[in-house]
Amino acid sequence: MFASDVLVAQNIGFAIIATIMVVGALRVVTTSNVVHAALWLVVVLAGAAAQYVLLAAEFVAITQVLVYIGAVMVLFLFGTMLTRARIGAESDLNNKNWFFGIPVALALFVAMAMALDSGFGSQKMPADPAVATTQEISDQIFGPYLLPFWALSFVLLAAVVGAIVLARRD
Amino acid sequence: MTLSTLLSADLPYWAQSLLRVLGGLVAVLLPAGTIVYLFLFKMMSFMQSRLGPMEAGPQGSMQLFAEVGKWLQKEDIYPARADKFIFKLAPLIVLASTFLLVVVVPFGPDAIFTDFESGVFYALAVSSVSVLGILIAGWASANKYSLLGGLRAAGQLIAYELPMVLAVVGVVIQAGTMNLQQIVVAQNAGSMFGFSSLGNPYVITQFVGFIVFMIAVQAELTQTPFDMPIAESELVSGYMTEYSGFRFLIFFIGEFATAGVFSMIASVLFLGGWAVPFSWFGWTTIDSIDNWMNVVGPLILFTKMIAVVFFIMWIRFSYPRFREDQLQKFAWKVLIPVSLANIMVTAILKVAF
Repeated sequence: MFASDVLVAQNIGFAIIATIMVVGALRVVTTSNVVHAALWLVVVLAGAAAQYVLLAAEFVAITQVLVYIGAVMVLFLFGTMLTRARIGAESDLNNKNWFFGIPVALALFVAMAMALDSGFGSQKMPADPAVATTQEISDQIFGPYLLPFWALSFVLLAAVVGAIVLARRD
Repeated sequence: MTLSTLLSADLPYWAQSLLRVLGGLVAVLLPAGTIVYLFLFKMMSFMQSRLGPMEAGPQGSMQLFAEVGKWLQKEDIYPARADKFIFKLAPLIVLASTFLLVVVVPFGPDAIFTDFESGVFYALAVSSVSVLGILIAGWASANKYSLLGGLRAAGQLIAYELPMVLAVVGVVIQAGTMNLQQIVVAQNAGSMFGFSSLGNPYVITQFVGFIVFMIAVQAELTQTPFDMPIAESELVSGYMTEYSGFRFLIFFIGEFATAGVFSMIASVLFLGGWAVPFSWFGWTTIDSIDNWMNVVGPLILFTKMIAVVFFIMWIRFSYPRFREDQLQKFAWKVLIPVSLANIMVTAILKVAF
C-alpha cells in the first residue's frame, strides 16, 4: 500500500501535530479573551517545537521552547495582565479590518507554500535523519554564517538601546 | 545506554517506557517527600526551637501521608468568577515542567532516562515553562492578590533565569559539552594541576558560577529571601491564594520536587554528580565503570542533593524577604555582570591552558 520510502510514523505524527497547530492558530484569532488567545498561541508554538523534534532538530526545538514559550509568551502575558486582561468574553477584540486581513493572510500563505514547494518540493526526509548536534550548529554559526550572526546581534543591541532610550525620560 | 542494560535484560519498548515512567515518578516524588519531612517539618522546627510533628509514626515520620490524605479528601473549590479551565490547568503545567526537568538528570553510568546531547540547554528551557503555569494561575483565580503574585513571580523568574543560564555557560565551556552525563565524566575523570584523587569538581574551578547558580536557583524556587510572589504578609499566598485541596497539593509537590531536581542538576553540574572520582577505582572512561555504580550512583546523587537542599533551606529559614526593587537590582546589576565576567575569565583560561 505504501511505497517503501514513505515514512508512515513520521507522517502520522506530523499530521496530528499539524492538526493541533491549525486548530490552535484558528482559535488564536477567534477566541473572545486575550489571555485565551495567548495560550492558544502557546499551543501553536509548542506544536512548532514538536515538529522540529520530528525533524531531528533538537537544538532548534529547545530554542523554540526557551525563547518563545519561556520568554516571549510569558512577557506577552505579563504585559496583557498588567494592562487589560478581564476574565470572560470581551466584545471589542475583533479588528474591523479583518475584511482586508484575510485575503492578505491567504496570499502570504500561498506565496510561502509556493516558495517552499519550488525550493524543497522534490526533497525527502531520510529514513534515519541524522540529529544535527549543537556542536555542528555552532560550527556553522561561528564559521560560514558569522557575518549574519553579527548583523543580528547589532539589530538586537539597537533594540536594547532603543528600549533604554524610550524608558528613560530624563 | 538505557535502564534495560541496568537490569541486564532485553526489555520490550513498552516495558522500558513503563520503567522510565516509574523511575521518573520516584525521582520526582521521593526527593519531594524527603525534603518536606526532613527540612520543612524537622529542620524548620529545630531552628525555631520546637519539635514539629511527633504524633504520626516514629518522630512524626508518617505525618506526610496524613497531610497528603487530608489534602486529597478536601472539597475541590474554586472562586465563582474564576476562569475554571485555566484555573485547573495551571498547577498541572507547573508539575509537568518538573517531570520534564528530571528526564535529563543522569543517575548512574547506565541509569539514565535519555543520553541527551544538549541536556543542560533542555533543562534550562523546560524549567522556564513553569512560569507560564504560575502566571495563568494568578490570572485565572479572579483575585487581585493572586494576579499580583503571578506578575511578581513572572518578573522574578524571568530576571533570575538569565544569571542561571550564564552561570551554567562557565561549566559548559570548561567541560566542552552540554551533555550532563559527559559533564559528570569530565569532572570525575579530570584532575586539578595533576592532582587527580579528587577529580575536578567544578565547584572549585567554577566557584563564582556555583554561587550565582545557587542564588538563581533560590530565586527560581521562590524560597525566602526571594519569596515575594507568595509573600504571606502582603499577598495572602500570592498566586496560590485561591487553590485548596489536591490542586494546592500539586503546587506544593511541584515546589519541593523542583527544589529536589534543581539540586540534583546543581550536584551534576558542580559537585560531580552520581560518580566518585574515577581514579579511586582505576576507571578511565565511562565504559570501564563497574555495574554496581548503577545502584550506588543514585544514592550518591541523592546524598549530594540533600546536602544542596540543606543549604537552600538553611538560607530560607534564616533570612528575611528582599524588597521588589532590591530583587530586580540584585539580578540585573550584580548577578548578571558577575556571571558575564565569569564566562570571560573561564573562556580565556580555557584557551590559555
